[in-house]
Amino acid sequence: MIGFENVRKEYPGGTLAVQDFSLEIASHESVVLVGTSGSGKTTLMRMINRMVDPTSGRVHIDGDDVTSLDPVQLRRSIGYVMQASGLLPHRTVLDNITTVPVLRGTAKREARTHAHELMEIVGLDAALAERYPSQLSGGQQQRVGVARGLAADPNILLMDEPFGAVDPIVRAELQRELQHLQRDLRKTIVFVTHDIDEAFLLGDRVAILRPGGIIAQVGTPQEILADPADDFVSSFVGADRGARTLHVERVDGRDVVVDADGRPAGVLAASGDRSAGEGAADGRTRERSS
Amino acid sequence: MTWVLANLDVIAGYTGSHLLQALPPILVAFLLSLPLAKLANSRGWLRTSVTTTSSLMYAIPSLPLFVLLPGLIGTGVRSPLNIAVALSLYGLALMVPAAADAFRSVNREVLGSATAQGYAPRARFLQVELPLAGPVLLAGVRVVAVSTISLVTVGGVLGVPSLGMLFVDGVRRGILAEIAAGIVATVLLALLIDALLVMLGRAVMPWTRRQGARTP
Repeated sequence: MIGFENVRKEYPGGTLAVQDFSLEIASHESVVLVGTSGSGKTTLMRMINRMVDPTSGRVHIDGDDVTSLDPVQLRRSIGYVMQASGLLPHRTVLDNITTVPVLRGTAKREARTHAHELMEIVGLDAALAERYPSQLSGGQQQRVGVARGLAADPNILLMDEPFGAVDPIVRAELQRELQHLQRDLRKTIVFVTHDIDEAFLLGDRVAILRPGGIIAQVGTPQEILADPADDFVSSFVGADRGARTLHVERVDGRDVVVDADGRPAGVLAASGDRSAGEGAADGRTRERSS
Repeated sequence: MTWVLANLDVIAGYTGSHLLQALPPILVAFLLSLPLAKLANSRGWLRTSVTTTSSLMYAIPSLPLFVLLPGLIGTGVRSPLNIAVALSLYGLALMVPAAADAFRSVNREVLGSATAQGYAPRARFLQVELPLAGPVLLAGVRVVAVSTISLVTVGGVLGVPSLGMLFVDGVRRGILAEIAAGIVATVLLALLIDALLVMLGRAVMPWTRRQGARTP
């Protein structure tokens, strides 16, 4: 479990990144911090692995105040995935994935064997093992980033806009695979993004942040959509534009779901193929409304 | 040509001592430039003054420096140490700004990511920052190497054995072939060392030579 207690972060020069933030994140839960730039979301996430220390307040992991832990050891115990530039450009794919286990003293051969398994899990061709990051596509780089984050089998995975730099089709694919991974691995995930659709897709709970790290609303995607706390949240999730208000129109004997602007969002699944389609209408809504 | 063939052993001897005088200052300049450049980069005002000092140092004419330095450090004019210190100073003047540029060329996001993975400060410097600064550092070392090899000849004027002795002696005795041999041998030596440095760079920085071969 990760806890934030009245956390405040002021930078020298007077910039107030986070005013007063409190949140509990349960083990095995995935929580998405979503907000525009200046909302302090990345600052908050970096407090968990002590890349940033709060000016006041407390961050604790399973009851331990993180400031009482050695930062280097702490970081090795927490997976960290960021945008493509985070890979070490002078290390091969395999060496990038084994970074943390090797830092922790795992024998190189053992780490490499495990890295090969991880490459398979995240959908990377084994032939890419000896390539350098610059020789990979953006999507492949992100997969390496995820594999590296998982390599030491951490309980906590921090993800800082990991899919922000890839094109929408690849992003959707990576998001879907992360969902599948999480179903098996059940890590505690803290995910930072500015994309509300990504937040709703990947978060068990979503915290929508105003500038200064103020929580506008925190809850499951369903709760937030059903009952936006205020105008800020409504506008953030697109409810005020009618993008989230869907109704059904009958076309050629099928139920077409249409948003308030009349944009078709998808087709309503018949009750029989709902499970097979994995919420097809649901998925389309997200693509169209972004 | 006949002069060259008749004096191959002399040329070889001078080449050897030339190299012995050039290599230590190149190494010293490289090693000392790393902490100095890190220090210079850590403060804005320091960086400007270091760059200015370096340019000024390089502007000092070499022959007077060779002559004046013994007075400052207490060695003889022809002492190898005198030459080595003077050449190291010139090397530093070139290398410190180059190394400062090299460290600034390293992507800060990558460094942040390395910290987030759990690199301790020293390991991060040695295993991430230094290798990533490598290509720009190498460019600096190549300039220092060529410049140092060329500057060693100045010692010849003072009577310190090096390829520079060939043109000093050649001028004095009016042997054109000897003057030419001195110049050509110096240039060839510089080119050889430069080529070796490039090969060394490719060997220790394999990621720089496999760029571009993207997968489809």
